[in-house]
Amino acid sequence: MTDALKFQAKNISRVFGHGKKSVTAVDNVTFEIRDREIISLVGQSGCGKTVLAKMLLRLETPTSGELLFNGKPITATGDPRNHWRQVQAVFQDPFSCFNQFFTIRSQLKSSFRLFETKPSPGEIEERVDQALLAVNIKPKEVEGKYPFELSGGQMQRMLLARIFILKPQVLIADEPTSMVDACSRASILDYLLKLKEELSMTIVFVTHDIGLAYYISDSLYIMHKGKMVDRGAPDDVIKHPTSDVTKQLLEDIPDVHRQWIARGTPVHAAE
Amino acid sequence: MTVSAPVRPLEQAASGPTPKPAKSNAVLEVEDLRVHYVTRFGHKIQAVDGVSFSLKQGEILGIAGESGCGKTTLVSGCMGLYIPPLFHTSGDVRIDGKSIVGMTLEQNRKEVLGQKIAMIPQGALNSLNPTRKIKDMAADMILSHDESADKKSINDRLRERFTRIGLDADHVLNSYPVELPAGTKQRCVIGISTLLNPKVVVADEPTSALDVSTQKAVIKLLFELMDQEIISSMLFITHELPLLRHVSSSIAVMYAGEFVEYGTTEQVIFEGRQPYSRALMGSMLSAEPGQKSRKPVAIEGAPPKLDKPIPGCRFAERCPVAQPDCRTTEQVLRIVAGRQVRCKYADTEVVEQVGGGL
Repeated sequence: MTDALKFQAKNISRVFGHGKKSVTAVDNVTFEIRDREIISLVGQSGCGKTVLAKMLLRLETPTSGELLFNGKPITATGDPRNHWRQVQAVFQDPFSCFNQFFTIRSQLKSSFRLFETKPSPGEIEERVDQALLAVNIKPKEVEGKYPFELSGGQMQRMLLARIFILKPQVLIADEPTSMVDACSRASILDYLLKLKEELSMTIVFVTHDIGLAYYISDSLYIMHKGKMVDRGAPDDVIKHPTSDVTKQLLEDIPDVHRQWIARGTPVHAAE
Repeated sequence: MTVSAPVRPLEQAASGPTPKPAKSNAVLEVEDLRVHYVTRFGHKIQAVDGVSFSLKQGEILGIAGESGCGKTTLVSGCMGLYIPPLFHTSGDVRIDGKSIVGMTLEQNRKEVLGQKIAMIPQGALNSLNPTRKIKDMAADMILSHDESADKKSINDRLRERFTRIGLDADHVLNSYPVELPAGTKQRCVIGISTLLNPKVVVADEPTSALDVSTQKAVIKLLFELMDQEIISSMLFITHELPLLRHVSSSIAVMYAGEFVEYGTTEQVIFEGRQPYSRALMGSMLSAEPGQKSRKPVAIEGAPPKLDKPIPGCRFAERCPVAQPDCRTTEQVLRIVAGRQVRCKYADTEVVEQVGGGL
């Protein structure tokens, strides 16, 4: 069944620095990511989830262990674009991902440079239009617009439009919803599900909000201080958390039905 | 339970002289505040359009709404921070019974900001100057309001306050921001903001960039400060309704510069009577076993541009249950089921088709 595995990590670690001052960001982690699966990496800030995501993107190399993509090891040498054709990413801050001196449309068009064979100009225009429509943006709306003229939610959808153009096998979504407001968040999640359904993409969703992860993913990985402390199907992890970290994460979510912080009676705006 | 503000009956709001409000324990009173921006092309954008509320001693009012609906502008208006291109159109803001809208910016900085109303910045971790020690930054806060304060009294005051908020005062005050862990820095920022015991603290999305555990720690600290009576009341601005459920005692939902629903937390969260606040609640997610079947629904589109007056209901364009006459008739705030609502159909079954609270 190795052909159904997208990524395979065997005891990978990433250590920054040397000697006494070294920091182990990812500590001896083993996992597998199956084809057409949404997995979530959940943890607090600084738990190493982003470093792990960067290793999958070939932006970091593991200091020890073996990381396989489609059965072949990811090497630090050679043209990285071969890897990036198959593995793409969406980041937290869409404004820092686009160059503010060029129009959005021209930047979406420039993403075709990643392909080995570039389509004809007419086809490029058509495919950009299709990608924009796929994320519910009328191409007219953003014609000639620069990144700063759009809202955060719209820009995040532009990043997703890029993914609809590139159609990679794997998408790494690194906290794509933490900069957008609550109601755009629901739509971003819908697009991720759409990518999985329509383009049969494998998605690695990195987040600190276990609620989002629970909603979207097929399996959950909880990280703490570089280690995987809990993993499994979302329902199992939520209902029967095995580690204290998971319990803490679940407890820290403000939920409307549960006492969150014990407190005396608050003052109401009563007459 | 009923909502207090505004003091006068709503039907009379448009006409007649404003009666002087009776002496109450309201610390912040905002009356029909209208605030506008002027763009570089000279267009006037009415970002806050007729907002009234009053904040009582010990109350936490949550202001909810998506990006671009005027939450932060309302706060700038309440603090008297009229820095161009932001201008005051009409209405009044009173802190402790004293109006602050006519003040110059210098006067405001000297007498109001920090002392009567203070703000906790959004990126609390990035708002400290990395080249200065914590004690120097904190001393600035005191010196800007009391130039005659001497070094020793400042030091004593800082040490007393920092110990009270649970920090190792000697170590923290003599450190640079980089030497401190994130949680401590957060405490320092909040400690400095509330150094002069402001009547009202404005928290403008204090937790939006934090992970859930740090977020909880910040809220806990704010509650601690309230229990110790360092802070008396708070305006809490966020787009996360589940968070407001735990933080605030009343919630005002804002859309396109207006309050669309204003009531107690339970009223707004569990039995909202306005399509927008219901839709906002419907777009929330939670880690509960039933969540996967209850799909979150996003509100399509974006808030309207406010450079031209909008006829009829401002939410009608995006409202899933908009009726034909919504686009033509002006909506007014009226009292339905004990809270203020701006929707013609608030008391009918039409609104119940939207969202469906958690």
